[in-house]
Amino acid sequence: MKVIIFICAFFLANPLYAVEMDDDPLLALVKIDQLEKTDIGDDNDTAWEAQAWIGKDLNKLWLKTEGDIVDGDVEEAEFQLLYSRAIAPFWDAQIGWRHDVKPTPNRNWLAIGVQGLAPYFFETDVALFIGQKGNVGLRTQFEYEFLLTQKWILSPEIEANFFSKNDSDVAIGSGLSDVNVGLRLRYEIKREFAPYIGVEWTKSYGNTADYIAAEGEDSSELQWILGLRAWF
Amino acid sequence: MLHKLEGHFALKHGLNKKLSRRQFVVGASALMAYSALPWPTRSFAGYESQFTPTLTGKNFALDIDYQNVNFTGKQGIATTVNGSLPAPTLRWKQGERVKIKVNNHLAHDSSIHWHGMILPTQMDGVPGFSFAGIKPGESFDYEFEVKQSGTYWYHSHSGFQEQTGLYGAIVIDPAEPDPVAYDRDYVVLLSDWTDEEPTDVYAKLKKQSHYYNRQARTSADLWADIKEKGSAQTYQDRAMWNQMRMSDRDISDVTGTTYTFLMNGQTPEQLWTGLFNKGEKVRLRIINAAAMTFFDVRIPGVKMTVVAADGQNIEPVTVDDIRIGVAETYDVIVEPDADQAHVIFAQAIDRSGFASGVLTTDPNLNAELPDLDPTPILVMADMGMDHSVMGHEQKMTDVNMAMMDHTMHMQQEMTMGSGAAGFGSNKPVNHLQTEYGPHVDMRAEMPRYKVDDPGIGLRDHKIFYGRKVLNYADLHNLYPTVDARDPEREIELHLTGNMARYMWSINGVKFADAEPLMLKFGERVRFTLINDTMMNHPMHLHGMWSELETGDGDNIPRKHTVIVQPGTKISYLITADAIGRWAYHCHLIYHMPAMFREVRVG
Repeated sequence: MKVIIFICAFFLANPLYAVEMDDDPLLALVKIDQLEKTDIGDDNDTAWEAQAWIGKDLNKLWLKTEGDIVDGDVEEAEFQLLYSRAIAPFWDAQIGWRHDVKPTPNRNWLAIGVQGLAPYFFETDVALFIGQKGNVGLRTQFEYEFLLTQKWILSPEIEANFFSKNDSDVAIGSGLSDVNVGLRLRYEIKREFAPYIGVEWTKSYGNTADYIAAEGEDSSELQWILGLRAWF
Repeated sequence: MLHKLEGHFALKHGLNKKLSRRQFVVGASALMAYSALPWPTRSFAGYESQFTPTLTGKNFALDIDYQNVNFTGKQGIATTVNGSLPAPTLRWKQGERVKIKVNNHLAHDSSIHWHGMILPTQMDGVPGFSFAGIKPGESFDYEFEVKQSGTYWYHSHSGFQEQTGLYGAIVIDPAEPDPVAYDRDYVVLLSDWTDEEPTDVYAKLKKQSHYYNRQARTSADLWADIKEKGSAQTYQDRAMWNQMRMSDRDISDVTGTTYTFLMNGQTPEQLWTGLFNKGEKVRLRIINAAAMTFFDVRIPGVKMTVVAADGQNIEPVTVDDIRIGVAETYDVIVEPDADQAHVIFAQAIDRSGFASGVLTTDPNLNAELPDLDPTPILVMADMGMDHSVMGHEQKMTDVNMAMMDHTMHMQQEMTMGSGAAGFGSNKPVNHLQTEYGPHVDMRAEMPRYKVDDPGIGLRDHKIFYGRKVLNYADLHNLYPTVDARDPEREIELHLTGNMARYMWSINGVKFADAEPLMLKFGERVRFTLINDTMMNHPMHLHGMWSELETGDGDNIPRKHTVIVQPGTKISYLITADAIGRWAYHCHLIYHMPAMFREVRVG
């Protein structure tokens, strides 16, 4: 809670300029990166990954969320509320609170990360999560875009999660926990609205794989996906 | 008279094919021959509306109000003067005193700035500097002496009202006989219209700066490059851009994907038409009143003799093609053949569209629309050669060439007299501490002073098409330099920004955080601008002339708006002879709020 107060205070303390020409208006963005049906036909699986921000050029309040709904039940749901500050031409530093609603019992983390565009146009999001029981997680995400045409865009992405400790209640194992590789082909009907098809491969490692196997699930999955990307 | 015009323009629109340079060498004219798409037959329903009203005399009443318009098939709301888009042409006489009552019927503050006019600061129409602006329902009485002659324009200086149609031409007839002979004259006012709210356009640029760019590099393009140049060469060519996270196809922030380009308020389908009689010399007063679009103007088959730049007479220079930056004006004399109709073709700098009109003796004649030129591609020199990201052989070659260029230029300057009026700055470039941070994405390490460079997309026109393109080195004042003093001091200003975040600034400091630039009354000062971005910036100083240093100290041309090309530097002299607070800014409307300074003379 202290963290949130700190974030809000920091955000609001930032000077607001009263000028005749407002070069830096308060803007808000909602961006659904992925809203998709996975494993079409098999079980009824819906996944989301979205972010939203409100703020100005250099300082923003940032919300990130991702999760998974299987047969109507929310299996995974994660929210991050972050203060984001531009630290370099292509990079924002972010600090805030991560809350995992599902799986239960829920988990809280202090999130510290950088998000931006690396040389050669790699969209990058790297974050360190410091948990309540001293568990430390690291998440790295990279995404690239190949413009096949101005509107057909092929976008590979890779995500990996690491943890310092086991947390068997929520099926987290220490070390490399899981890797997720996706390839999505979208068509930008307009910039803000693009349906896509794709394929996603997920694999769990180490203790994480063991916990998942114990629940009777596969530690490795290859799925077709159908989804929508949109922002406004 | 008007009924006679009811003819049929069967214009043909060329297929905009993707062509290699080799094919272009074979002949652009041959390609035009197989232009196939029929040009839409124009509707003559609203023909009278083609003519922008002209107001003359000494007393004027201008009413700013909303106006329904339809340029795209969709109803839009413009802000106009006297219900006209563009606003009425104001025709003044040099030496007279004009009174203009401006009534604001908008729900927001408004204002009118007389662009390029030398007048007292209170009459300049910049809210915050000249006056408080014109509140809704209120009016303001402008009154000033018309000291100069030539072609200028006027526009709102409030919010983004310029984008929504609040602009018009000013034509001032000289008190003395005009040194330029012509039989008739036409205003050719270019602009860009969008159905979107300007605030939405600005927000989109902040959220996704490449939103309007649909000319980015694609994989097909990559494959073509690899086939042509091999993978190693292709990698090298692209490495620097990829490292810098910038696109060499980033030409315009806002493009034809949202803009409809207008000539005298007419779309290319409506086709503005200017009539002339056989054998006449026609003076075209070309004004770029666009919010964001640079145009390359030509009349295929017709030579244009440029007689004035930014309203001021220059030594006539005959060209085929003119790049006109936002807010610039050029007057040209043309003598077109009578037996055919001639297209005035104004293509957007990124080739995402064009504005066009026709000059003809007979509206029944056919005119042929030319193809758009290929989309320009930025080269390393346009980035001012950032050493920090070099390291490839190819880059070194480019750098060496640029260095040679630079050295040669330096020598030239030395022999011409270091720092003398008219020859620009040879001071080493210095980047300030304020230029470093998340708000600035590049700094030109080796900006070149190249007034003879016509700019991206036009550099090879002479070789490929035999078209002479106007460049700043062609500009020589028709009259001797009034203030022949060398500058007492030099002010170096860096045009800076972060393209991806869509933040703009001068010396890395945006207007909201900046101190005014202080000039001493009567001093002669040199402004040296260094463009640390990859966009062209048309810099406009109010109240005083920007005397552009094109390498001719005796006849320095006077401008009100100067294009600073990406990765270059350019200098001009200012005689601080106008006391008061003046605006100084990039005239691209979405750069202007931040890339702005107050210049205070006292």
